[in-house]
Amino acid sequence: MIEARDLVVRYGAATALDGVSVSVRAGEMVALIGANGAGKTTLVNTVCGILRPAAGELRTSGRLALVPEGRHLFGPLTVDDNLRLGAWRDRKNRDTGHIYQLLPELVPLRKQVAGRLSGGQQQMVALGRALMGRPDVLVIDEMSLGLAPRVVENLAGHLRQRHAEGLAVLLIEQNARLALDLCSRAYVLEAGRVVAEGPSAELAGSTEVATAYLGLES
Amino acid sequence: MGELAQYLVTGVGLGCAYALTGSGLVVIYRVTRVVNFAQGSFAVLGALTVTTLLAAGLPHGVAEGLGVLLAGLVGVLVGVVATGKPGTTPQAGLIVTLGLGVFAYAVEIFFWGDQPRSFPGLPGAVGGIQTHYLLIIGVTAVVLGATALLFARTDLGRALTATAADPYAARAVGIDVVRMGLFAFAVGGALGGLAGVLITPVQQVSFDSDVALVVSGFSAAILGNLTRPGLTLVGGLLLGVVQALVGGYLSTAYQSEVALIFMLVVLIARAGRRDLVEAA
Repeated sequence: MIEARDLVVRYGAATALDGVSVSVRAGEMVALIGANGAGKTTLVNTVCGILRPAAGELRTSGRLALVPEGRHLFGPLTVDDNLRLGAWRDRKNRDTGHIYQLLPELVPLRKQVAGRLSGGQQQMVALGRALMGRPDVLVIDEMSLGLAPRVVENLAGHLRQRHAEGLAVLLIEQNARLALDLCSRAYVLEAGRVVAEGPSAELAGSTEVATAYLGLES
Repeated sequence: MGELAQYLVTGVGLGCAYALTGSGLVVIYRVTRVVNFAQGSFAVLGALTVTTLLAAGLPHGVAEGLGVLLAGLVGVLVGVVATGKPGTTPQAGLIVTLGLGVFAYAVEIFFWGDQPRSFPGLPGAVGGIQTHYLLIIGVTAVVLGATALLFARTDLGRALTATAADPYAARAVGIDVVRMGLFAFAVGGALGGLAGVLITPVQQVSFDSDVALVVSGFSAAILGNLTRPGLTLVGGLLLGVVQALVGGYLSTAYQSEVALIFMLVVLIARAGRRDLVEAA
């Protein structure tokens, strides 16, 4: 699905990723956690082909879809139009019906302008738009950012369901507790480097990792 | 037919050309955020091409169609130069289009000289109204209606709007934003070319006619903040009618000033509103 080895990404003279290696196998749900400025979004943009690495190796297989940080919906378009564009690469499969079955909360919103929805509704549309492309692996950047706990729990429930159906997920989160709860494996990123990795339970149980990088109390 | 009615019809015809030019600016700006100062050149190139094709014996309709097509292709070329290189800012693109507009003068003078040219339009009159003005109004209504449908009802139009709204997200769903920008330049070029082709039978065109057209088209588009085609049409028609009335009842010497005054009033009014918003 995703195999990145020793990725180096630079913005001019600044190095944003310095030899990062991560992998997501078929059907796996993996978390990438770290503080602001750790390089999480740079890694997302590189994996999704928006940025080019200066060095390293990146292999992806299957269809990959992105739920970007901050939702990035097409504000002037309706919810339904946003969903249709999620399948832009697949002209023959732009029927949005299956998304309304997966995410019934979107049914009453379908004709509404996306830019006027609440943050939680927008995140649901962003998830639906990404699922429109019938991806094999979903990359979600900061799913919970700025959302109420009840909304986050609802989104996490949908994510668990899709994962149970076989979808691989790379979840990028500042909310370490949520990420480790949802995913079986995790990477901790700091200043452009992977400083810890392993099973989520192991990382959450490690006093050093939990206090230094995850903001969890030991 | 009365004098006033004549001026009104002439003004609406003229306003249609401004609305088409302005709509070209709007399509390009919405998708690429580039204010295309070469927009008037599309009209001049299209019109001058038609004079040559008609002189070569091509029938009406075919010659005009090829003139519009050429303007669309030139639009793509302008788009490639102004936005094709990744990382080019809209401000740099604006300066590039300004340079290309000036360069177009050299090309036009080389091929067609510096004297004004024209070609015959639709002959005859209906109820005292020159038939060609009715053609201008009819074609403009159909073309702008089709452009509105393209944006509102097709996936291509949605992708163009998506590119304008959020280029990052557009790239993330697989939309080629550079190609969308070039398509917008093609549509903008064709709309500009159509304006020139339609107006030339009632108003001669020369290499420097682009200035009057782009100033009027820009004035029309600025009413809709360079993003709203409906208001651009209203602005174009309003401008055309006021210019015709000023030309008819005062002096044709004041016609070009009307567009500038119109633009200044709209810009000052908008600046005042922005100040109010910021103050709030």
